Amino acid sequence: MAKSKAKSLDQDALVDIYKTMCLFRRFEERVGLAYTKRKFSGFCHLHIGQEGLAVGVQSCLRDTDYMISGYRSHTQAIGKGIEPKRVMAELFGKVEGCCRGKGGSMHMFSEPLRFLGGHGIVGGQVPLAVGVGFKIRYREEDDICVCYMGDAATNQGQFFEAMNMAATWDLPVLFIVENNRYGMGTDIKRTTSVEHLWKRAEAFDMAHSDCDGMDAIAVHEHVSEIVQKMRKDKKPHFMEALTYRYRGHSVSDPGTYRTKKEVEDFQKNKDPIKRLGKYFVSQKIATEEQLKEWDAEAKAIVKAAEEFADNAENPPVEEAFDHVLV
Amino acid sequence: MALLTFREALGQAMDEEMARDESIFLMGEEVAQYDGAYKVSKGLLEKYGERRVWDSPISEAGFAGLGIGAALTGLRPIIEMMTWNFGIQAFDQIINHAAKMRYMSGGQYKCPIVFRGPNGAAHMLGAQHSQAVEPMLTNIPGLIVATCSTPYDGKGLLKSAIRDDNPVIFLESEMMYGMKGEVPDDEYLIPLGEGDIKREGTDVTLIAWNKALHKAAEAAEQLAKEGISAEVLDPRTLQPLDEDLIFGSVRKTHRVIVVEEAWGFASLGSQIADRIQEECFDDLDAPVKKVSNEFVPMPYNEAQEERVMPSTERIIKAVNEVLYRS
Repeated sequence: MAKSKAKSLDQDALVDIYKTMCLFRRFEERVGLAYTKRKFSGFCHLHIGQEGLAVGVQSCLRDTDYMISGYRSHTQAIGKGIEPKRVMAELFGKVEGCCRGKGGSMHMFSEPLRFLGGHGIVGGQVPLAVGVGFKIRYREEDDICVCYMGDAATNQGQFFEAMNMAATWDLPVLFIVENNRYGMGTDIKRTTSVEHLWKRAEAFDMAHSDCDGMDAIAVHEHVSEIVQKMRKDKKPHFMEALTYRYRGHSVSDPGTYRTKKEVEDFQKNKDPIKRLGKYFVSQKIATEEQLKEWDAEAKAIVKAAEEFADNAENPPVEEAFDHVLV
Repeated sequence: MALLTFREALGQAMDEEMARDESIFLMGEEVAQYDGAYKVSKGLLEKYGERRVWDSPISEAGFAGLGIGAALTGLRPIIEMMTWNFGIQAFDQIINHAAKMRYMSGGQYKCPIVFRGPNGAAHMLGAQHSQAVEPMLTNIPGLIVATCSTPYDGKGLLKSAIRDDNPVIFLESEMMYGMKGEVPDDEYLIPLGEGDIKREGTDVTLIAWNKALHKAAEAAEQLAKEGISAEVLDPRTLQPLDEDLIFGSVRKTHRVIVVEEAWGFASLGSQIADRIQEECFDDLDAPVKKVSNEFVPMPYNEAQEERVMPSTERIIKAVNEVLYRS
């Protein structure tokens, strides 16, 4: 925990980060449970363990900034402002879902909140992010576009094409690699020529950095500096965040490619919520009881979201024919 | 009326639209300083400057995706593929992203983008440079596919494509860029979705598009000398098809040949034949015939290339068959 740096955040902001991480954790747990209860089907990729990164990054952005991501993006969508109940309803394929039940787990979108999906082709979102950066430059704005991707996306050809254009043309995209060590069930080391993925950026002469993605405050401090820099120099930045997912690649993953010990080590010693909670108690920012209350608040929001989604209507079947073309 | 080459007519379309709407930009390989590999964009850099006319790296997937990201956030890109054979590199972006954004977002996003470039074989270019993509791209919901056989059609259709709020695939031909045709001095538009009868006839309908249209027209000319009146129909927009125009012609002539410079297996010609048998079964006096590429990769050798592509001889032979002439 970056104890000294945490002082740059006021107490309300710190508490907000903690509460949001609880919300994300409880939301994804509930989603996993709903899936096993067969409330919905298809692919479902949970973000449990990676909350510190999503919350830390979001805390540095403003509403007009853009965000685009891969298929593990329920919580990032919520962070960008989509109500949890609308994300849950989308998972359930309901008309009150944020995409009227047309997107599903991998494809959350909000045009007004500038969340451009939710993409299911690994690395496919990276050129799109560069296009958003192009638009920002074209219009001479000072927003940025955050582009999340997984570690394995950095082996896609499109990733290299997009990085080259962003660097060559100074397009303000913050590329964030969520390095959770595994591309589905394959250890990234077995398929990747570099140990540190930030080295990829050196090939493009692009600013780069890495940070502990399991520490929300460290992420906040790190990304704040990057974002401030980007608003001035309007150039791209490539950031590798070391993180870990506790659950499988998707809900149906047996997890035979890693040891139980490895997972438990992260859960016990590196968990972003536990770490910040411990810090709060040690610094007398909050008591154990308060932490439990905040967690209970998160659980209540998620329970209400699931109830909303349970009770929401299915879209009319004939709506399958809408939204193909303008 | 002015007598313009195809490339001039298409260039005028882009020029007029860029003058009208500053959210339009052009990007592609060699489109700026080199004035376009086929000089379609000649003069646009000089007139609109580097902000709006961009030489891309050789990264078709990358800059196609860049265009999509820019289109989703308010710009109106024209993306030139030096040839659609290179455009195949960008099929992931076109099929998985451009065609899906509106649908997966439940109608929130629109993607006003034109992907344009030459399509099909262009005389001894070998197998990798001689493919027609319309059977592949007309098979994708969420895309409009248009093509043109005259400078007049090209200009009017391209202007409509640029103004359309959907992703439009626009197919040209290297072999036609130098072809001259009358183009009105005053502004005009040709709506997407409307075909055109290029030659009236009563005995048989020849359906063709892009440069194959000219082979069909040549066949019609020869057939006229033998007392056979062939109608020549150019659908112009291939997705969606102007089925009313096609069915109307079939009900008049009762015999149909589809001529396509693409492979005939599960092709657009197959689709047209299928729709005709479905809607005009009782009007037909003979089975619908297709004259397509022979099912081999395009050979390099000149005589071999001629042999496998639709020729006036093959068209006339097919006409004789449906007229039961020996």
